[in-house]
Amino acid sequence: MSSRIDAAVQRDLYDQMVLIRTYEEAILREYHADKKPAFDIGAGLIPGEMHLAAGQEPVAAGVCAHLSRGDAVTATHRPHHFAIAHGVDLNRMTAEIFGRVDGLGRGRGGHMHLFDPDAHFSCSGIIAEGYPPTAGQALAFKKRGTDRVAVAVTGEGAANQGAFHETLNLAALWKLPVIFVVEDNDWGISVPRSASTSVANNAERAAAYGIPGVRVEDNAVEAVHEAAGEAVERARNGGGPTLIEVHTLRLWGHFEGDAQGYRADLEGVPGKDPIPTYEAALRKAGILDDAAVAITRRAASDTVESAIAFAKASPEPDPSTVRDYVFA
Amino acid sequence: MSIDTTQQPATQGDPAEQPAAAPATKRLNTAKAMVEAIAREMERDEDVFVLGEDVGAYGGIFSSTTGLLDRFGPERVMDTPISETGFIGAAIGAATEGMRPIVELMFVDFFGVCMDQIYNHMAKIHFESGGNVKVPMVLMTAVGGGYSDGAQHSQCLWGTFAHLPGMKVVVPSNPADAAGLMTAAIRDDNPVVFMFHKGIQGLPWMAKNKRSIGPVPTGDHVVEIGKAATARPGSDVTVVTLSLSVHHALDVAEELAADGTADVEVIDLRSIVPLDTEAIIESVTRTGHLVIVDEDYQSFGLSGEIAARIAEHDPTILKAPISRVAVPDVPIPYARPLEYTALPTPARIKEAIIGQVAPA
Repeated sequence: MSSRIDAAVQRDLYDQMVLIRTYEEAILREYHADKKPAFDIGAGLIPGEMHLAAGQEPVAAGVCAHLSRGDAVTATHRPHHFAIAHGVDLNRMTAEIFGRVDGLGRGRGGHMHLFDPDAHFSCSGIIAEGYPPTAGQALAFKKRGTDRVAVAVTGEGAANQGAFHETLNLAALWKLPVIFVVEDNDWGISVPRSASTSVANNAERAAAYGIPGVRVEDNAVEAVHEAAGEAVERARNGGGPTLIEVHTLRLWGHFEGDAQGYRADLEGVPGKDPIPTYEAALRKAGILDDAAVAITRRAASDTVESAIAFAKASPEPDPSTVRDYVFA
Repeated sequence: MSIDTTQQPATQGDPAEQPAAAPATKRLNTAKAMVEAIAREMERDEDVFVLGEDVGAYGGIFSSTTGLLDRFGPERVMDTPISETGFIGAAIGAATEGMRPIVELMFVDFFGVCMDQIYNHMAKIHFESGGNVKVPMVLMTAVGGGYSDGAQHSQCLWGTFAHLPGMKVVVPSNPADAAGLMTAAIRDDNPVVFMFHKGIQGLPWMAKNKRSIGPVPTGDHVVEIGKAATARPGSDVTVVTLSLSVHHALDVAEELAADGTADVEVIDLRSIVPLDTEAIIESVTRTGHLVIVDEDYQSFGLSGEIAARIAEHDPTILKAPISRVAVPDVPIPYARPLEYTALPTPARIKEAIIGQVAPA
């Protein structure tokens, strides 16, 4: 563990990761609660595809610790961890996931399409296609003479898409304040990185665009925090974009209902869970004890259950409003 | 600010001789009219900027941005890499942060390399956000054939864009409408696809339509998006069309009026999203005859949509089956005799109109 990091920051990183995990576990519970005995993806209080981010908490916590609400974050089809870490309104986000009128998108978006303009948070459900608009947000920030930055998130599978490379070139060329984050969870649904990617890691690809590239190993939240801190500072100071790839962990399936029969490493996965690992390290360092852990977990649970209750209490959209919001 | 070159100086003469109520105009070609409208809005609103391939020193391959770089500098008139997904996406992101980008897709035919940004992002973000995020931007793009540029550089494709919800689609046919629709598009809080036909730009290196130069109001000039215009009133047959085909239809209408064959009404749609259904129905109710002229592919497109709207309204307003003059579901061919067989030429339009008025 790095000694450069403040104990209060370590505690915040831990709390953030626990909040995210508590949230994903609650969504998992609610998602499956009324899909029994036979799993039907379109049934229940939360219908549709559900991509949960358990195991990837270190990336969101480490990156977003450096951001304020004026900075922009564009996440992927697996967006909850970044939304939470960037301070998206949890009640309205949860209502959106439940498809309710008080949701961020009034029930029009769903879990892959979360937009909170107050936090400048967006998603794209299309692999790598969240990158180009992020460059445009950064361009707007630069044109207006601010020191705001934009964070673009993808998975490692997205690094083989054209949109990824076009955006890296554009952001490098125009020296835009962007932090490109690649979450390498080893799997593009069922295809391992070894079968999809021609280089050992995607941070190497930064060299092709003349920008710094950093690879963070072992899903290490403090290393993410340190790399992101340098990247955000560079972007705020006019130094242009940075590419950060984090070797993270997809603790669960690609989406709920994915039996992961293709995954030979499945047995070892729970042992790589980053939260118990980090908790043990902080206990050893004297930063956490039983009481502190209990407080964190209780606070996370209260926040999450309150958001779930808010969502369930919100009405479903009126069918007569189906044509609303196509145009401003 | 543009200089008014036509306004009369105050004189001591007879007031009746002065066209006091007529708006001041100057004669511009369509390309220049677009540029003037963009420049005016850039002066009015510092959030407006232009980006695209060759929009800077070159001035736009079809002269849609000529002179803007000199007037506004490289910060606001940005040449981009050949990277349509990247820079159209960048325009979208800038728009979501409140700027008003005008982004050029050089040929509409190139939409294949960037359509995800256009239809999944530009057109859907407002809806997915429940109206909380606006995307105020203009995607301007050159359309149309007639100069042997082949199957990948000659299409219109407006039906493809209009089919997908969330973007307005405007298609001017003349300089005044190009200026007025451009101004409206820039000020609109929605994404607007602005499709200009190369054949009406008034380019010195391409055969010019005689109406590609015309009077453009010099003052604040807005053409409301979603309103068709009656390019020529008539009583026998309605021709509903848009873009360059408006001029072919007008030429044919004048010829048929001169020889007494038919009094043709020409409706210039100007916008197809929203489509001015009311104007179409009003005209066809009077004439009972409809010819739809569309330089886009015939099947599953604009011409079918217009026919469907009439059928949904009241098919009995038609005294005869409708006629469609469109590209007959083939890619645009290269060789001139083939291309001009596929395109909606004046000869094909004339034949369709005569077919409507001829006794059964």
